[in-house]
Amino acid sequence: MTNEEIAKIVNEALADEFELEAEDLRPDAHIRDDLGLDSLDIVDMVIVIEKAFAFKLPDRALLANIHTLGDIYGLIANLRDVGTISK
Amino acid sequence: MQKQRVVITGMGAVSPYGQGVESLWQGLCSSKTALHSIDSSQIQGLACAIGGMVPPVNAKLISRDFRRTMSPMSIHACLAAWEALEQAGIDRTYIVGNAQGKDTEKAYRVGISMGTTLGSPQALHDFFYEYITTKSVDSVRSTAFFKVMSHTVASNVAMACGLKGRLLAPSAACASGLAGIALAFDAIRYGKETMMLCGGADEFHILTAATFDRMNAASHATEARQASCPFDAKRNGIAVSEGAGVLFIESLDSAKKRGATILAEITGYASNTSARSIAHPDSETMQACMAEALEDAHVQHDDINYINAHATSTPAGDTAEGNAIEGLFGAKAVPVSSLKGHLGHTLGACGALESIACVQMMKESLVLPTLHLENPDNTCGNLLYIQEIQAKYIQHCIKNAFAMGGIYYSLVLSQYKD
Repeated sequence: MTNEEIAKIVNEALADEFELEAEDLRPDAHIRDDLGLDSLDIVDMVIVIEKAFAFKLPDRALLANIHTLGDIYGLIANLRDVGTISK
Repeated sequence: MQKQRVVITGMGAVSPYGQGVESLWQGLCSSKTALHSIDSSQIQGLACAIGGMVPPVNAKLISRDFRRTMSPMSIHACLAAWEALEQAGIDRTYIVGNAQGKDTEKAYRVGISMGTTLGSPQALHDFFYEYITTKSVDSVRSTAFFKVMSHTVASNVAMACGLKGRLLAPSAACASGLAGIALAFDAIRYGKETMMLCGGADEFHILTAATFDRMNAASHATEARQASCPFDAKRNGIAVSEGAGVLFIESLDSAKKRGATILAEITGYASNTSARSIAHPDSETMQACMAEALEDAHVQHDDINYINAHATSTPAGDTAEGNAIEGLFGAKAVPVSSLKGHLGHTLGACGALESIACVQMMKESLVLPTLHLENPDNTCGNLLYIQEIQAKYIQHCIKNAFAMGGIYYSLVLSQYKD
Protein backbone atom coordinates (compact mmCIF):
# COMPACT_ATOMS: atom_id res chain seq x y z
CA MET A 1 0.00 0.00 0.00
CA THR A 2 1.55 3.29 -1.13
CA ASN A 3 1.42 6.55 0.81
CA GLU A 4 -0.88 7.93 -1.90
CA GLU A 5 -3.23 5.01 -1.44
CA ILE A 6 -3.24 5.60 2.32
CA ALA A 7 -4.15 9.26 1.85
CA LYS A 8 -6.93 8.32 -0.59
CA ILE A 9 -8.46 5.76 1.78
CA VAL A 10 -8.28 8.12 4.78
CA ASN A 11 -9.80 10.99 2.82
CA GLU A 12 -12.65 8.88 1.46
CA ALA A 13 -13.45 7.46 4.89
CA LEU A 14 -13.50 10.86 6.57
CA ALA A 15 -15.37 12.59 3.74
CA ASP A 16 -18.08 9.95 3.89
CA GLU A 17 -18.41 9.90 7.68
CA PHE A 18 -18.17 13.62 8.35
CA GLU A 19 -19.62 14.95 5.07
CA LEU A 20 -16.44 16.86 4.25
CA GLU A 21 -15.61 18.45 0.91
CA ALA A 22 -12.76 16.84 -1.04
CA GLU A 23 -10.97 20.16 -1.56
CA ASP A 24 -10.73 20.65 2.22
CA LEU A 25 -8.87 17.37 2.71
CA ARG A 26 -5.31 18.65 2.47
CA PRO A 27 -2.40 17.10 4.41
CA ASP A 28 -1.98 20.32 6.43
CA ALA A 29 -5.70 20.52 7.31
CA HIS A 30 -6.08 20.69 11.10
CA ILE A 31 -8.59 18.09 12.24
CA ARG A 32 -10.35 20.33 14.78
CA ASP A 33 -9.71 23.84 13.49
CA ASP A 34 -10.01 23.30 9.73
CA LEU A 35 -12.23 20.21 9.44
CA GLY A 36 -14.38 21.11 12.46
CA LEU A 37 -14.25 17.73 14.18
CA ASP A 38 -14.84 17.78 17.94
CA SER A 39 -14.07 15.24 20.66
CA LEU A 40 -17.11 13.06 19.78
CA ASP A 41 -16.14 13.07 16.10
CA ILE A 42 -12.59 12.06 16.91
CA VAL A 43 -13.86 8.93 18.69
CA ASP A 44 -15.78 8.05 15.52
CA MET A 45 -12.85 9.05 13.31
CA VAL A 46 -10.77 6.30 14.91
CA ILE A 47 -13.59 3.78 14.32
CA VAL A 48 -13.95 4.60 10.62
CA ILE A 49 -10.18 4.56 10.04
CA GLU A 50 -9.83 1.21 11.84
CA LYS A 51 -12.64 -0.13 9.66
CA ALA A 52 -11.14 1.30 6.45
CA PHE A 53 -7.77 -0.37 7.10
CA ALA A 54 -9.13 -3.45 8.90
CA PHE A 55 -7.04 -3.08 12.06
CA LYS A 56 -7.32 -2.13 15.73
CA LEU A 57 -5.27 0.76 17.01
CA PRO A 58 -2.77 -0.93 19.34
CA ASP A 59 -2.47 2.03 21.71
CA ARG A 60 -4.76 5.07 22.05
CA ALA A 61 -1.71 7.06 23.16
CA LEU A 62 -0.69 7.07 19.49
CA LEU A 63 -3.44 9.66 18.95
CA ALA A 64 -1.77 12.21 21.22
CA ASN A 65 0.30 13.69 18.40
CA ILE A 66 -2.38 13.55 15.72
CA HIS A 67 -3.42 17.10 14.79
CA THR A 68 -3.60 17.20 10.99
CA LEU A 69 -4.67 14.90 8.19
CA GLY A 70 -0.98 14.48 7.37
CA ASP A 71 -0.42 13.17 10.90
CA ILE A 72 -3.04 10.49 10.25
CA TYR A 73 -1.42 9.49 6.95
CA GLY A 74 1.94 9.23 8.79
CA LEU A 75 0.49 7.12 11.60
CA ILE A 76 -1.07 4.68 9.14
CA ALA A 77 2.19 4.50 7.14
CA ASN A 78 4.11 3.70 10.33
CA LEU A 79 1.63 0.98 11.26
CA ARG A 80 1.98 -0.40 7.74
CA ASP A 81 5.77 -0.43 8.04
CA VAL A 82 5.70 -2.35 11.35
CA GLY A 83 3.13 -4.81 9.97
CA THR A 84 0.08 -3.78 12.06
CA ILE A 85 -1.70 -2.88 8.84
CA SER A 86 -1.54 -5.17 5.84
CA LYS A 87 0.81 -3.97 3.11
CA MET B 1 -52.65 33.43 40.99
CA GLN B 2 -53.81 34.70 37.61
CA LYS B 3 -53.57 31.83 35.13
CA GLN B 4 -52.46 32.62 31.59
CA ARG B 5 -54.64 31.62 28.67
CA VAL B 6 -52.67 29.40 26.28
CA VAL B 7 -53.07 29.37 22.51
CA ILE B 8 -51.70 27.38 19.59
CA THR B 9 -50.03 29.52 16.93
CA GLY B 10 -47.96 26.98 15.02
CA MET B 11 -48.10 23.31 14.05
CA GLY B 12 -45.71 20.89 12.36
CA ALA B 13 -46.10 17.26 11.36
CA VAL B 14 -44.20 14.37 9.87
CA SER B 15 -46.50 11.41 9.50
CA PRO B 16 -46.89 8.21 7.48
CA TYR B 17 -48.62 10.46 4.91
CA GLY B 18 -45.43 12.52 4.51
CA GLN B 19 -43.88 15.76 5.68
CA GLY B 20 -45.98 18.73 6.72
CA VAL B 21 -49.35 19.48 8.28
CA GLU B 22 -50.87 19.92 4.83
CA SER B 23 -49.71 16.43 3.83
CA LEU B 24 -51.23 15.01 7.03
CA TRP B 25 -54.50 16.84 6.51
CA GLN B 26 -54.81 15.92 2.83
CA GLY B 27 -54.05 12.30 3.69
CA LEU B 28 -56.66 12.21 6.43
CA CYS B 29 -59.24 13.84 4.17
CA SER B 30 -58.48 11.39 1.34
CA SER B 31 -60.00 8.56 3.39
CA LYS B 32 -57.10 6.39 2.27
CA THR B 33 -54.95 4.72 4.89
CA ALA B 34 -51.25 5.47 5.21
CA LEU B 35 -50.65 1.88 6.37
CA HIS B 36 -48.95 -0.67 4.16
CA SER B 37 -47.23 -4.04 4.20
CA ILE B 38 -44.08 -4.45 6.28
CA ASP B 39 -41.36 -7.10 6.27
CA SER B 40 -41.49 -8.95 9.58
CA SER B 41 -39.64 -12.04 8.35
CA GLN B 42 -36.49 -11.15 10.32
CA ILE B 43 -38.20 -12.14 13.58
CA GLN B 44 -39.27 -15.75 13.78
CA GLY B 45 -42.89 -16.13 14.72
CA LEU B 46 -43.78 -12.46 14.37
CA ALA B 47 -47.07 -12.22 12.54
CA CYS B 48 -47.43 -8.43 12.16
CA ALA B 49 -47.75 -7.67 8.46
CA ILE B 50 -48.96 -4.04 8.38
CA GLY B 51 -47.32 -0.83 9.61
CA GLY B 52 -47.00 2.86 8.86
CA MET B 53 -43.61 4.26 7.91
CA VAL B 54 -42.82 7.91 7.18
CA PRO B 55 -41.82 8.35 3.53
CA PRO B 56 -38.20 9.51 3.07
CA VAL B 57 -37.48 13.08 4.18
CA ASN B 58 -34.49 15.27 3.38
CA ALA B 59 -32.59 14.87 6.66
CA LYS B 60 -29.68 16.87 5.25
CA LEU B 61 -31.71 20.03 5.76
CA ILE B 62 -30.42 19.57 9.32
CA SER B 63 -26.70 20.26 9.58
CA ARG B 64 -24.52 17.29 10.45
CA ASP B 65 -23.48 18.94 13.73
CA PHE B 66 -27.04 18.39 14.96
CA ARG B 67 -28.01 15.38 12.85
CA ARG B 68 -25.18 13.14 14.07
CA THR B 69 -26.95 12.61 17.42
CA MET B 70 -30.40 12.16 15.86
CA SER B 71 -32.21 8.94 15.12
CA PRO B 72 -35.21 9.15 12.75
CA MET B 73 -37.59 10.21 15.53
CA SER B 74 -35.49 13.31 16.27
CA ILE B 75 -35.02 14.11 12.59
CA HIS B 76 -38.77 13.96 12.06
CA ALA B 77 -39.40 16.01 15.21
CA CYS B 78 -36.86 18.64 14.17
CA LEU B 79 -38.46 19.11 10.76
CA ALA B 80 -41.89 19.31 12.41
CA ALA B 81 -40.61 21.84 14.98
CA TRP B 82 -39.19 24.05 12.24
CA GLU B 83 -42.55 23.94 10.45
CA ALA B 84 -44.35 24.91 13.66
CA LEU B 85 -41.96 27.81 14.29
CA GLU B 86 -42.39 29.03 10.74
CA GLN B 87 -46.18 28.96 10.95
CA ALA B 88 -46.00 30.79 14.27
CA GLY B 89 -43.89 33.46 12.63
CA ILE B 90 -40.89 32.84 14.87
CA ASP B 91 -37.66 33.47 12.99
CA ARG B 92 -35.27 30.83 14.32
CA THR B 93 -32.42 33.31 14.27
CA TYR B 94 -34.32 35.31 16.88
CA ILE B 95 -34.68 32.51 19.42
CA VAL B 96 -32.50 33.54 22.35
CA GLY B 97 -29.94 30.75 21.95
CA ASN B 98 -29.41 31.76 18.33
CA ALA B 99 -29.75 35.49 18.81
CA GLN B 100 -26.15 36.52 19.33
CA GLY B 101 -25.60 39.77 17.53
CA LYS B 102 -29.29 40.22 16.84
CA ASP B 103 -31.59 42.88 18.18
CA THR B 104 -32.32 41.47 21.64
CA GLU B 105 -35.70 43.20 21.67
CA LYS B 106 -36.79 40.61 19.11
CA ALA B 107 -35.26 37.60 20.89
CA TYR B 108 -37.67 34.96 22.15
CA ARG B 109 -37.09 32.52 25.00
CA VAL B 110 -38.68 29.23 23.93
CA GLY B 111 -38.91 26.01 25.95
CA ILE B 112 -39.65 22.49 24.80
CA SER B 113 -41.73 19.59 26.08
CA MET B 114 -41.57 16.57 23.79
CA GLY B 115 -42.12 12.95 24.65
CA THR B 116 -41.34 9.58 23.18
CA THR B 117 -42.04 6.07 24.40
CA LEU B 118 -38.32 5.30 24.70
CA GLY B 119 -35.09 6.16 22.96
CA SER B 120 -34.32 4.92 19.47
CA PRO B 121 -34.88 1.15 19.24
CA GLN B 122 -32.51 0.97 16.25
CA ALA B 123 -29.71 2.67 18.21
CA LEU B 124 -30.27 0.24 21.09
CA HIS B 125 -30.30 -2.64 18.62
CA ASP B 126 -27.01 -1.47 17.07
CA PHE B 127 -25.34 -1.08 20.47
CA PHE B 128 -26.30 -4.52 21.75
CA TYR B 129 -25.59 -6.20 18.42
CA GLU B 130 -22.02 -4.87 18.61
CA TYR B 131 -21.62 -5.77 22.27
CA ILE B 132 -23.11 -9.26 22.05
CA THR B 133 -21.33 -10.27 18.87
CA THR B 134 -17.87 -8.86 19.75
CA LYS B 135 -17.95 -8.62 23.58
CA SER B 136 -16.54 -5.14 23.01
CA VAL B 137 -17.84 -1.60 22.69
CA ASP B 138 -14.80 -0.38 20.75
CA SER B 139 -16.82 0.19 17.59
CA VAL B 140 -19.82 1.83 19.25
CA ARG B 141 -20.21 5.38 17.92
CA SER B 142 -19.75 8.22 20.37
CA THR B 143 -23.19 9.54 19.46
CA ALA B 144 -25.12 6.35 20.28
CA PHE B 145 -26.13 7.47 23.78
CA PHE B 146 -27.73 10.67 22.45
CA LYS B 147 -30.07 8.58 20.30
CA VAL B 148 -30.91 6.14 23.08
CA MET B 149 -31.55 8.47 26.02
CA SER B 150 -35.20 8.93 26.90
CA HIS B 151 -35.05 12.71 26.32
CA THR B 152 -33.45 12.25 22.90
CA VAL B 153 -36.23 14.01 20.97
CA ALA B 154 -36.55 17.03 23.26
CA SER B 155 -32.78 17.51 23.54
CA ASN B 156 -32.02 17.10 19.86
CA VAL B 157 -34.80 19.48 18.81
CA ALA B 158 -33.69 21.98 21.46
CA MET B 159 -30.15 21.91 20.04
CA ALA B 160 -31.27 22.25 16.43
CA CYS B 161 -33.56 25.18 17.30
CA GLY B 162 -31.15 26.88 19.74
CA LEU B 163 -33.66 26.92 22.59
CA LYS B 164 -33.03 28.46 26.01
CA GLY B 165 -36.24 27.74 27.91
CA ARG B 166 -37.02 24.68 30.01
CA LEU B 167 -36.60 21.21 28.51
CA LEU B 168 -39.18 18.59 29.52
CA ALA B 169 -39.28 15.05 28.15
CA PRO B 170 -42.22 13.01 29.39
CA SER B 171 -41.89 9.33 28.68
CA ALA B 172 -45.48 8.20 29.03
CA ALA B 173 -45.70 5.38 26.51
CA CYS B 174 -48.37 6.10 23.89
CA ALA B 175 -49.56 9.14 25.86
CA SER B 176 -46.13 10.79 25.56
CA GLY B 177 -47.19 13.26 22.87
CA LEU B 178 -50.25 14.43 24.78
CA ALA B 179 -48.22 14.54 27.99
CA GLY B 180 -45.74 16.76 26.17
CA ILE B 181 -48.50 19.21 25.27
CA ALA B 182 -50.00 19.09 28.76
CA LEU B 183 -46.73 19.86 30.53
CA ALA B 184 -46.02 22.73 28.15
CA PHE B 185 -49.54 24.05 28.74
CA ASP B 186 -48.93 24.05 32.49
CA ALA B 187 -45.57 25.78 32.09
CA ILE B 188 -47.25 28.65 30.26
CA ARG B 189 -50.51 28.93 32.17
CA TYR B 190 -48.67 29.11 35.49
CA GLY B 191 -46.35 31.78 34.14
CA LYS B 192 -43.10 29.82 34.10
CA GLU B 193 -42.63 30.12 30.35
CA THR B 194 -44.19 32.23 27.60
CA MET B 195 -43.54 30.07 24.55
CA MET B 196 -43.10 26.30 24.19
CA LEU B 197 -42.61 23.77 21.43
CA CYS B 198 -44.44 20.62 22.46
CA GLY B 199 -45.63 17.23 21.24
CA GLY B 200 -44.14 13.83 20.65
CA ALA B 201 -42.36 11.52 18.24
CA ASP B 202 -41.54 7.89 17.70
CA GLU B 203 -39.89 5.73 15.07
CA PHE B 204 -40.88 2.37 13.69
CA HIS B 205 -38.81 -0.65 14.59
CA ILE B 206 -39.81 -4.23 14.08
CA LEU B 207 -39.04 -4.99 17.74
CA THR B 208 -41.69 -2.46 18.77
CA ALA B 209 -44.26 -4.35 16.74
CA ALA B 210 -42.95 -7.56 18.32
CA THR B 211 -43.38 -6.07 21.80
CA PHE B 212 -47.07 -5.43 21.18
CA ASP B 213 -47.36 -8.85 19.60
CA ARG B 214 -46.01 -10.51 22.77
CA MET B 215 -48.85 -8.86 24.69
CA ASN B 216 -51.42 -10.04 22.14
CA ALA B 217 -52.06 -6.39 21.31
CA ALA B 218 -50.76 -6.31 17.70
CA SER B 219 -52.87 -7.07 14.66
CA HIS B 220 -51.99 -10.08 12.53
CA ALA B 221 -54.14 -8.94 9.63
CA THR B 222 -52.47 -8.91 6.24
CA GLU B 223 -54.53 -6.04 4.80
CA ALA B 224 -54.54 -2.51 6.17
CA ARG B 225 -58.31 -2.23 6.36
CA GLN B 226 -58.41 -5.16 8.77
CA ALA B 227 -55.15 -4.28 10.58
CA SER B 228 -56.41 -1.06 12.12
CA CYS B 229 -60.18 -0.64 12.40
CA PRO B 230 -60.98 1.02 15.73
CA PHE B 231 -64.36 0.24 17.32
CA ASP B 232 -65.12 -2.32 14.59
CA ALA B 233 -66.37 -5.76 15.64
CA LYS B 234 -63.52 -7.36 13.66
CA ARG B 235 -60.72 -5.28 15.16
CA ASN B 236 -57.81 -7.41 16.30
CA GLY B 237 -55.01 -5.18 17.48
CA ILE B 238 -52.59 -2.36 16.79
CA ALA B 239 -50.79 -1.57 13.54
CA VAL B 240 -47.58 0.16 14.63
CA SER B 241 -46.45 3.26 12.79
CA GLU B 242 -44.28 6.32 13.36
CA GLY B 243 -44.15 10.09 13.07
CA ALA B 244 -43.70 13.40 14.87
CA GLY B 245 -46.16 16.11 15.81
CA VAL B 246 -45.17 19.50 17.22
CA LEU B 247 -47.27 22.44 18.39
CA PHE B 248 -45.97 25.92 19.09
CA ILE B 249 -47.98 27.29 22.00
CA GLU B 250 -47.72 30.57 23.85
CA SER B 251 -49.58 32.77 26.27
CA LEU B 252 -52.48 34.67 24.79
CA ASP B 253 -50.78 37.92 25.81
CA SER B 254 -47.68 36.92 23.86
CA ALA B 255 -49.66 35.95 20.76
CA LYS B 256 -51.59 39.23 20.83
CA LYS B 257 -48.45 41.26 21.36
CA ARG B 258 -46.79 39.60 18.37
CA GLY B 259 -49.90 39.80 16.22
CA ALA B 260 -49.76 36.02 15.71
CA THR B 261 -52.58 34.09 14.05
CA ILE B 262 -54.28 32.00 16.73
CA LEU B 263 -55.23 28.53 15.52
CA ALA B 264 -56.98 27.28 18.69
CA GLU B 265 -56.88 27.54 22.45
CA ILE B 266 -55.92 24.83 24.93
CA THR B 267 -58.47 25.29 27.70
CA GLY B 268 -57.64 22.40 30.01
CA TYR B 269 -56.50 18.85 30.53
CA ALA B 270 -56.38 16.09 33.08
CA SER B 271 -54.09 13.19 33.77
CA ASN B 272 -54.68 10.30 36.12
CA THR B 273 -53.44 6.79 36.77
CA SER B 274 -55.05 3.42 36.85
CA ALA B 275 -53.16 1.25 39.32
CA ARG B 276 -55.48 -1.67 38.70
CA SER B 277 -53.32 -3.10 35.93
CA ILE B 278 -50.11 -2.13 34.16
CA ALA B 279 -51.34 -3.68 30.93
CA HIS B 280 -55.13 -3.65 30.87
CA PRO B 281 -57.24 -0.55 30.19
CA ASP B 282 -59.52 0.79 32.89
CA SER B 283 -62.77 2.37 31.68
CA GLU B 284 -63.62 3.96 35.01
CA THR B 285 -60.30 5.83 35.17
CA MET B 286 -60.66 6.93 31.54
CA GLN B 287 -64.08 8.38 32.31
CA ALA B 288 -62.71 10.19 35.36
CA CYS B 289 -59.86 11.58 33.26
CA MET B 290 -62.24 13.11 30.70
CA ALA B 291 -64.48 14.47 33.47
CA GLU B 292 -61.52 16.12 35.22
CA ALA B 293 -60.35 17.62 31.92
CA LEU B 294 -63.78 19.22 31.37
CA GLU B 295 -63.69 20.62 34.90
CA ASP B 296 -60.18 21.99 34.36
CA ALA B 297 -61.28 23.64 31.12
CA HIS B 298 -64.54 24.98 32.62
CA VAL B 299 -66.40 23.36 29.73
CA GLN B 300 -69.74 21.60 30.18
CA HIS B 301 -70.44 18.13 28.77
CA ASP B 302 -73.03 19.54 26.41
CA ASP B 303 -70.52 21.96 24.95
CA ILE B 304 -68.19 19.21 23.66
CA ASN B 305 -68.87 18.79 19.93
CA TYR B 306 -66.37 16.06 19.15
CA ILE B 307 -64.17 13.46 20.83
CA ASN B 308 -60.99 12.25 19.16
CA ALA B 309 -60.52 8.86 20.77
CA HIS B 310 -57.23 7.15 21.52
CA ALA B 311 -58.85 3.90 20.26
CA THR B 312 -55.97 1.87 18.84
CA SER B 313 -58.03 -1.01 17.46
CA THR B 314 -57.36 -3.38 20.35
CA PRO B 315 -60.40 -5.29 21.57
CA ALA B 316 -59.94 -4.30 25.23
CA GLY B 317 -58.79 -0.69 24.77
CA ASP B 318 -61.56 0.42 22.41
CA THR B 319 -64.21 -1.23 24.58
CA ALA B 320 -62.93 0.49 27.71
CA GLU B 321 -62.72 3.91 26.06
CA GLY B 322 -66.08 3.58 24.31
CA ASN B 323 -67.81 2.73 27.57
CA ALA B 324 -66.02 5.59 29.32
CA ILE B 325 -67.31 8.01 26.68
CA GLU B 326 -70.87 6.71 26.91
CA GLY B 327 -70.65 6.71 30.70
CA LEU B 328 -69.69 10.38 30.80
CA PHE B 329 -71.62 11.84 27.88
CA GLY B 330 -74.53 9.40 27.44
CA ALA B 331 -75.62 7.25 24.52
CA LYS B 332 -74.99 8.70 21.04
CA ALA B 333 -74.42 12.10 22.58
CA VAL B 334 -71.14 13.29 21.01
CA PRO B 335 -69.53 12.49 17.66
CA VAL B 336 -66.56 10.16 18.17
CA SER B 337 -63.80 8.99 15.88
CA SER B 338 -60.29 7.58 16.02
CA LEU B 339 -57.62 8.32 13.42
CA LYS B 340 -55.73 5.06 13.93
CA GLY B 341 -57.36 3.56 10.82
CA HIS B 342 -55.71 6.32 8.77
CA LEU B 343 -52.38 6.53 10.56
CA GLY B 344 -51.98 3.32 12.53
CA HIS B 345 -50.63 3.83 16.02
CA THR B 346 -47.86 6.43 15.90
CA LEU B 347 -47.10 5.69 19.58
CA GLY B 348 -45.42 8.69 21.24
CA ALA B 349 -46.47 10.92 18.35
CA CYS B 350 -50.17 10.09 18.28
CA GLY B 351 -51.32 12.57 20.94
CA ALA B 352 -49.65 15.42 19.07
CA LEU B 353 -50.43 14.38 15.48
CA GLU B 354 -54.06 13.75 16.35
CA SER B 355 -54.30 17.06 18.27
CA ILE B 356 -53.05 18.77 15.11
CA ALA B 357 -55.80 16.96 13.19
CA CYS B 358 -58.34 18.20 15.76
CA VAL B 359 -57.19 21.80 15.28
CA GLN B 360 -57.53 21.35 11.53
CA MET B 361 -61.03 19.90 11.99
CA MET B 362 -61.98 22.93 14.11
CA LYS B 363 -60.53 25.29 11.54
CA GLU B 364 -62.27 23.63 8.59
CA SER B 365 -65.52 22.76 10.44
CA LEU B 366 -65.17 19.13 9.41
CA VAL B 367 -65.23 15.96 11.48
CA LEU B 368 -63.07 13.13 10.20
CA PRO B 369 -64.36 9.57 10.43
CA THR B 370 -62.89 6.38 11.85
CA LEU B 371 -61.46 4.79 8.72
CA HIS B 372 -62.23 1.07 8.31
CA LEU B 373 -65.11 1.17 10.82
CA GLU B 374 -67.84 -0.85 9.13
CA ASN B 375 -69.60 -2.80 11.87
CA PRO B 376 -69.42 -1.00 15.22
CA ASP B 377 -68.87 -3.37 18.11
CA ASN B 378 -71.73 -3.03 20.58
CA THR B 379 -69.39 -3.90 23.46
CA CYS B 380 -67.80 -0.47 22.92
CA GLY B 381 -70.98 1.26 24.06
CA ASN B 382 -73.66 3.12 22.19
CA LEU B 383 -71.58 5.83 20.55
CA LEU B 384 -72.23 8.39 17.84
CA TYR B 385 -69.63 7.06 15.44
CA ILE B 386 -68.45 9.15 12.52
CA GLN B 387 -68.04 6.86 9.50
CA GLU B 388 -67.65 9.48 6.77
CA ILE B 389 -66.42 13.05 6.69
CA GLN B 390 -69.07 15.39 8.09
CA ALA B 391 -69.39 19.16 8.05
CA LYS B 392 -69.71 20.31 11.65
CA TYR B 393 -68.70 23.34 13.66
CA ILE B 394 -66.58 22.36 16.65
CA GLN B 395 -66.40 24.81 19.53
CA HIS B 396 -64.76 22.41 21.98
CA CYS B 397 -63.32 18.93 21.54
CA ILE B 398 -61.53 16.34 23.63
CA LYS B 399 -58.38 14.52 22.57
CA ASN B 400 -57.66 11.35 24.55
CA ALA B 401 -54.46 9.35 25.01
CA PHE B 402 -54.77 6.30 27.25
CA ALA B 403 -51.50 4.39 27.45
CA MET B 404 -50.18 1.16 28.84
CA GLY B 405 -48.67 1.53 32.26
CA GLY B 406 -51.91 3.10 33.50
CA ILE B 407 -51.06 6.61 32.15
CA TYR B 408 -54.12 8.55 31.00
CA TYR B 409 -54.42 12.05 29.51
CA SER B 410 -57.39 14.01 28.14
CA LEU B 411 -56.90 17.43 26.55
CA VAL B 412 -59.60 20.02 25.80
CA LEU B 413 -59.09 22.09 22.64
CA SER B 414 -61.34 25.06 21.95
CA GLN B 415 -61.98 27.64 19.26
CA TYR B 416 -60.29 30.86 20.32
CA LYS B 417 -62.67 33.63 21.32
CA ASP B 418 -61.39 36.93 22.68
